[in-house]
Amino acid sequence: MMKTAAKIQASLKKRYAAERRFRSYGLVSVAIGLAALLLLFISIIANGYTAFQQTYLKLDVQFDEAIIDPKGTRDPQTLARADYGKLIKKTMRERFPDVKNRRDKRKLYKLVSPGAVFSIQGMVRKDPRLIGTTQTVWVPADDDVDMLIKGYINRDDPESARRLKDKEIAWIDAFAATGSMEKRFNKTFFTAGDSREPELAGIWGAVVGSFYTLLVTLVLSFPVGVAAAVYLQEFAPRNRWTDLIEVNINNLAAVPSIVFGLLGLSVFLNFMALPRSAPLVGGLVLSLMTLPTVIIASRASLQSVPPSIREGALGMGASQMQMVAHHVLPLAMPGMLTGTIIGMSRALGESAPLLMIGMVAFIVNAPEGPLDPSTVLPVQIYLWADTPERAFVERTSAATLVLLGFLVVMNGAAVWLRTRFEQRW
Amino acid sequence: MSTPLLIALLFLLTATAFEFGRRRALQVAGSEFRTLHSLPRYYGSFTALWCALPALVLLVAWLAFEDKMITNLVVADLPAIYQSLSEPELDLIINDLRNQLAGNVVSRELSPDMQAAAEHYGSLRATSKAALAVVFLSVAMLGMGLAWRKIAPDFWARNRVEAIVKVLLIICSTLAIFTTIGIVLSVLFESIRFFQAVPVFDFLFGLKWSPQTAIREDQVGSSGAFGAVPIFAGTLLISFIAMLVAAPIGLTSAIYLSEYSHPRFRAAAKPLLEILAGIPTVVYGFFAALTVAPLIRDVGTHFGLDVSSESALAAGLVMGIMIIPFISSISDDVINAVPQSLRDGSLALGSTQSEMIRKVVLPAALPGIVGGLLLAISRAIGETMIVVMAAGLAANLTGNPLEAVTTVTVQIVTLLVGDQEFDSPKTLAAFALGLILFLVTLALNVIALYVVRKYREQYE
Repeated sequence: MMKTAAKIQASLKKRYAAERRFRSYGLVSVAIGLAALLLLFISIIANGYTAFQQTYLKLDVQFDEAIIDPKGTRDPQTLARADYGKLIKKTMRERFPDVKNRRDKRKLYKLVSPGAVFSIQGMVRKDPRLIGTTQTVWVPADDDVDMLIKGYINRDDPESARRLKDKEIAWIDAFAATGSMEKRFNKTFFTAGDSREPELAGIWGAVVGSFYTLLVTLVLSFPVGVAAAVYLQEFAPRNRWTDLIEVNINNLAAVPSIVFGLLGLSVFLNFMALPRSAPLVGGLVLSLMTLPTVIIASRASLQSVPPSIREGALGMGASQMQMVAHHVLPLAMPGMLTGTIIGMSRALGESAPLLMIGMVAFIVNAPEGPLDPSTVLPVQIYLWADTPERAFVERTSAATLVLLGFLVVMNGAAVWLRTRFEQRW
Repeated sequence: MSTPLLIALLFLLTATAFEFGRRRALQVAGSEFRTLHSLPRYYGSFTALWCALPALVLLVAWLAFEDKMITNLVVADLPAIYQSLSEPELDLIINDLRNQLAGNVVSRELSPDMQAAAEHYGSLRATSKAALAVVFLSVAMLGMGLAWRKIAPDFWARNRVEAIVKVLLIICSTLAIFTTIGIVLSVLFESIRFFQAVPVFDFLFGLKWSPQTAIREDQVGSSGAFGAVPIFAGTLLISFIAMLVAAPIGLTSAIYLSEYSHPRFRAAAKPLLEILAGIPTVVYGFFAALTVAPLIRDVGTHFGLDVSSESALAAGLVMGIMIIPFISSISDDVINAVPQSLRDGSLALGSTQSEMIRKVVLPAALPGIVGGLLLAISRAIGETMIVVMAAGLAANLTGNPLEAVTTVTVQIVTLLVGDQEFDSPKTLAAFALGLILFLVTLALNVIALYVVRKYREQYE
C-alpha cells in the first residue's frame, strides 16, 4: 500500500510539469492566433494610412487665350477640346527656365499628374472668365513625387535604382523649398473611379458597385430566405422531401464560393444572356450564396420563439398563418435581421464568384444602375494588388481599410440589434 | 413601355385591387357584414394576389422567350442564302442586326436585304414591347375582375389567401434544391463537353498541365495537355500546410479557452479570434502577397534557401491563419458538449486536468473534432482568393513547400477570367475542375455533417 503512494508521490512532479506544459501550449496557441490578427492589421494600416494624403503642387497657371480659345468665341466645344496640357507645360517651363534639353523637359512635365489637365479644364468650363488671367492652382503631383515625399523612394539609393533621378529630385526639392508643395487630404481617393494613374484612382466606383450588388442580394435573399425558413420551421411536415431540402441547405452553406461563380457564368450569363460585369448578376450569384446563411439564422431565430406564444395565438382562434404573421414573425425578426446582416457582410467581402462573371473589368465610371458594368470593393483590392506601381500598394491597403471599416459597421449593427432587441425566454 | 414602368403600374393596380376587393366585400355583405366568412382585408388581399401574380408570371415568361422568338422570326424571313449558314455565322449576322439597331458601329457594311432584316427586327421588337404592355395590363385587370366577381359573403377568402401564400413559401424553400441542381447541371454539361475532347483518364491521371490550345494548326505545343495531377498535388500541398498550421493552433486554443482560461479572458479572446473568420479572403490574399511571402523569402535567403516569391508555404500559412477560428469554434462546441460528469469522474480518480483532457475529454470529443477538421479541409480546398493572389500559376509537380505550385481554384480563375471563346477545351477545363472541386467538397461536407450529427446524438 505504501509503495503505491510513494510511486505516486515520485511521479507527481513530472505530472505537474506535464500539466504546466500542456497549459502553456494552449496559451501559446491563443497568443499565436492573436499575434497573427495583430500583424495583419498592423501591416495593412502601416501600408495604408499614407494613402489618405496626396502631394499637391502649386502652379501659377496663366490661362492663355491664345492657347485655349484663339478665336475668342468661348464656344463650350472649343473650351472642352483645348490643349490644357500646353498651359501646364508652359507653367513648368517658366518655373524652371534653365531646363533646355527635350528629354529633361519631358521629365519635368511628368512631375505633374495627367489629372491636372482635367482640373484646369474643369475650372475653365465652369468659369470662362478665367481666360486671360493668371491663377494659382493646386494640382495633384505624379505618383512618383508622392512616393518620394512619403519616403517610399529612398534618396540614398544609387541613381540607377531609383524611379526618380537626381535632377527630378532637385526640382521637387525646389518646389518644396518655395512652399509650393504640400500634402493634402486625398479627396480623389474617395470620389474617383479606377484609373491607371495611382494619384487619380479612387474607390468610389467600386463602392457604388458594391452598393448595387448588395442591394440586389438583400432584395432577393432576405424575403426568400425568411419565407423558406418560415415554411421549413412552421409549416413543413417532417418527411423525405423536407429532409432533402434541409440537407441541401446545409451543403450549400459549405460549397466553395467559386462554384457559385461557375453557376452564375453558365446559367446567368451564357444561358439567360444577362449582361456581363453587371451588379445584377453579381447580386444574383451572391444571393444564392448567402441564402443558406439567412435561412439557417432565420430558422434558429424562429426556433427560439417559445411554443406558448404559438399556442396562445392558436387558442384565441388565429389560423396558423395568422399566428405566424402576427406573433411569431415579429418576435423572430431581430434575430433574422442579425443573420441577414451577417450574411450581407460576408457577401460584401466576397470576390471569387464575381471574378467568374466578369466583374474584374477595368471600369472608370461609377455605375448608374444595377445593369451597368462595374466592379466591387474586394475585387478592386484584388485588381490593385496586381499592379506593379508602389503607389498602388498604399491605395490597396487603404481600400482594404475602407472595406474592413464597412464590415465593422455592419457587424456592429448586427451585435447592436442582437443586444437591443433579442428576447430571452 | 419599359419593364420598370410596367412593374410600377402593376403596383398601382394591385393596390387598387386590394381596395376594390375590400369595398366589394363590405358592399355585398351590406348591413349584414357579420355574414362575411373572412375579414374584409382578406377579400382585398385575394383580389390583389389575383391581379399581381398571373401578370408577373406572364412578364417573366415573356422576357425570357421574347428574344429567342424574335430572332427565330427574323431568321425565318432572311433570304434563302442565309438560311443555310451554320449557327455561329447566323449568330454573327444577328449580332450585326442588333448593333445596327442600337446605333453602334457595325463590323461590316450591311447589304440591302440585311438592312431590311434589321428594320424587320426592329419593328418586331417594337411590336413585342407594345404587345407585352397590352397583354400584361389586361391580364392584371382580368385577374382582378375575376377575383372581384367571386367575392360573396360565403366565399372563404382567408383560406384561399393563406393557401396561395403557403404555395409561395414552398416555392421559396425549394430554391435551395434548384440551386444545387443548377450547380450540378451547369458544371456537368460543360464537363461532359470537355471530356469529349479530353479523355477522363488523361484528365484525372495525366502528369502534365499546360492548357494552351492552338490558334493555328502548325503551332508548337499546340496540343495542350490537360493532366490535372500537378494541380491536385498543389491543392493538397497548400491545404496540408494550412491544416498543419490551423489544426494544432485551433484545437489547443479551443481546449485552453474552454477548459483552462478565466471566463473574462475567454470573453475577450474568443471574439478577437473570431474576427479572423470575418476578414474577407481577398484581404488575406493581399496580406500573404504583401507581407508574408517576402518575409518567408527573406528568411529563406538568410538560411541560404532558394524560396520562390509565390511559395506554397506563404499561401498555406496565411490560409492556416484564416482557418484557425473555424477549427477552434467547432472544437469549442464539441468539447463543451462532453458531459461534465465525465470530467468530474476523471478528476475524482486523481488525474490532473491535462490528463483528464487528454484521456477523457478528447477521446469523447474525437468524432466531432474529426468532423470539424474535415469541414476545415473542404474550406481550404475551396479557398480561392488567397491562392490566386499568393500562389503561383505554373503547375509544378512537387512536394517542396518553398516552390510555387498551383491549385484547382487558381486554375479555374485563370482559365475563365478574361475574354475567351466559350467552347475551347481551355475554358471547358475550368468546369471540369469545378466539377471535381464540387464533388470533393460535397463528399467532405456530407461525411463531416454526418459524423458531427451522429456524435451530437450520442450525448443527448
